[in-house]
Amino acid sequence: MPKVIENVGCPYCGCSCDDVRVTVSDDGKKVLEVENVCAIGTEIFKHGSSDHRIRSPRLRQPDGSMKDITYEEAIEWTAQHLHKAKKPLMYGFGSTNCEGQAAAARTMEAAGGMLDNCATICHGPSFLAIFDNGYPTCTLGEVKNRADVIVYWGSNPAHAHPRHMSRYSIFPRGFFTGKGQKKRTVIVIDPRYTDTANVADYHLQVKQGHDYELFNAFRMVIHGHAADIPDEVAGIKKEQILEVAEIMKNARFGTTFFGMGLTHSDGRNHNIDIAISLTRDLNKVAKWTIMAMRGHYNIAGPGVVWSWTFGFPYCLDLTKKDHAHMNPGETSSVDMAMRDEVDMFINIGTDAGAHFPIPAVKHLKKHPWVTIDPSVCMASEIADLHIPVCICGVDTGGIVYRMDNVPIQFRAVLDPQGLLTDEELLNKIADRLDELNAQEA
Amino acid sequence: METVKMTLVQQPELFLECYSVTPDKFAGKSLAEIADLPAHEGKVQWKLGDFFKFEGKSGATAADTKIVVNGDVRRMKRFGQQMTDGEIVINSDADMYIGGWMRGGKITVKGNADSFLGIAMEGGEILIEGDAQNHVGSAYRGDWRGMSGGLIRVKGKAGNDIGTAMTGGTIIIEGDVFIHVLTHAEGGTVIIKGDVEGRVGGQLVKGDAYIFGNLLYPLPGYKMIGTVEKEVDGATYTFDQYIGDLGERKMTKKGEIIYGNIYLKK
Repeated sequence: MPKVIENVGCPYCGCSCDDVRVTVSDDGKKVLEVENVCAIGTEIFKHGSSDHRIRSPRLRQPDGSMKDITYEEAIEWTAQHLHKAKKPLMYGFGSTNCEGQAAAARTMEAAGGMLDNCATICHGPSFLAIFDNGYPTCTLGEVKNRADVIVYWGSNPAHAHPRHMSRYSIFPRGFFTGKGQKKRTVIVIDPRYTDTANVADYHLQVKQGHDYELFNAFRMVIHGHAADIPDEVAGIKKEQILEVAEIMKNARFGTTFFGMGLTHSDGRNHNIDIAISLTRDLNKVAKWTIMAMRGHYNIAGPGVVWSWTFGFPYCLDLTKKDHAHMNPGETSSVDMAMRDEVDMFINIGTDAGAHFPIPAVKHLKKHPWVTIDPSVCMASEIADLHIPVCICGVDTGGIVYRMDNVPIQFRAVLDPQGLLTDEELLNKIADRLDELNAQEA
Repeated sequence: METVKMTLVQQPELFLECYSVTPDKFAGKSLAEIADLPAHEGKVQWKLGDFFKFEGKSGATAADTKIVVNGDVRRMKRFGQQMTDGEIVINSDADMYIGGWMRGGKITVKGNADSFLGIAMEGGEILIEGDAQNHVGSAYRGDWRGMSGGLIRVKGKAGNDIGTAMTGGTIIIEGDVFIHVLTHAEGGTVIIKGDVEGRVGGQLVKGDAYIFGNLLYPLPGYKMIGTVEKEVDGATYTFDQYIGDLGERKMTKKGEIIYGNIYLKK
């Protein structure tokens, strides 16, 4: 008899939807149906019961082929190389639960290495801006129940966060927003006419890379210098800036959602920094909040877990053992890889092979490379060692942090069939490292 | 002033953190004691003597000590970090954090400097004969106090984030700069003798920027108020004066609003 599991968490985007309904076969090995989830989320659940999943670690042989080995052998190989390396780097955690991230912190503290997460190539600049300027944010529940003005700046949820608009921001009817999208004003600021811009009331087609100037102009309005704004700023006419600024000033509750358009264009953290400054200015005359459109379902997790463990959310240098250091530009994964500053690489729960610049991958590939990932991906295919693990949210549960830093309990829907979780694997590696460190001492 | 000459004999495999190379740490020590000072390569703690040979003699105090670094040290960072007095001359390119948190003395680099040059510097002088990368005289991440005193002169070009959150002191870049000059600053002076792409004085509360070349994308938050003559770096020039950032909070003094200034050379 197929089993229906309600209120399942979806391990895809930062929306971390937790209302998914999954039907599994009576032996618990096959996903039969998935409801309340976008097309991408559906594929992740279906992939969980794919016949093509790799269920055993694979070690590259001298002839270039991959040979199946046991988990014990993979743990020993990884621990020995971590122990030997002067500056190993563990990077990833876009698709891992917080328990796995905490075990990674333990492992890299024992190894005396570098620990970084996908924020380093997405919302890392947002962290830097938050360090500098604070974070006047809220939860997605508050947006749903209160917000009457929504700004999407440099983000395209129609493609990247498929249920964001329907579940949290534009369309849902909340406690104080009973008329849903009819009473909401949606402003999209993006150099492209995206599918999100298509549903907006206002689309400001800002000149690519000049968002900072546009923020500056909006702030001038709030500071009483509207008359001094030039006729056009960053490709936007002064009249339109004043019109949109008026809507912002009159919001009952406004939220700015920002994405890679700001963090990945020139200035990076400064674009977010001035967005936060604008939010602070707007709070003099209205109620405004701001939120990063975090990419993965638990990419907020390592920021939270490592902040309470070490004091920093990403780009951690744990080589000094008695204190942590963090300075992106120096301790960030891509910069270290480009400078050939690390001598071992562990890629976990993301695909550095696909996302890093090719020169960075070439440098990393000179040294031992371990990929810990449930799937076959570019990083697994160029690795010296590929260790498959459970898919969080499918084969194993755990705590994840949604994009608004709200923790959500995910649950397993399939039998893991002998696969280790990230937490189990990393704790076994850390146990072995502790033994090696004790022997050396 | 006594001089210690240190010459590279062994390149590190990765990058070496030379936080011990300061007149303060060298002063009053024998060459053998200096060679025993620590340096980190990742998690491995080495001694300076594993990479350098030492000649000469250190002074009794930092003020009496000059350090000359020879050899290709572009894979070595943190020279002169937190130094308070004395002098360092590096006859090579060098890596990050040269003169970071420096309080006094002088550093000369005969080649290029990497990022985080003179971050959070409080006093002293840094001269880079080549180019510098990003975050010159800026604040450390999360700190709202960047460079607060002293002088940084870069004879070549520099990247972005020049004097971010600066509160005092002077930065002179003789070549071109990319973006973000004096962002978030509450004081200090930045002089750029080349061109700047844009974002000069964004979120600036107070401070002065002098641009001799072309400012490609000026921020909307600056308003021209007139033309002035000013003496800058030993010569007098005529500038158009702009005040701002009009989108940022401002302090008042005796009832008058204190603006930041951008001076564009005519």
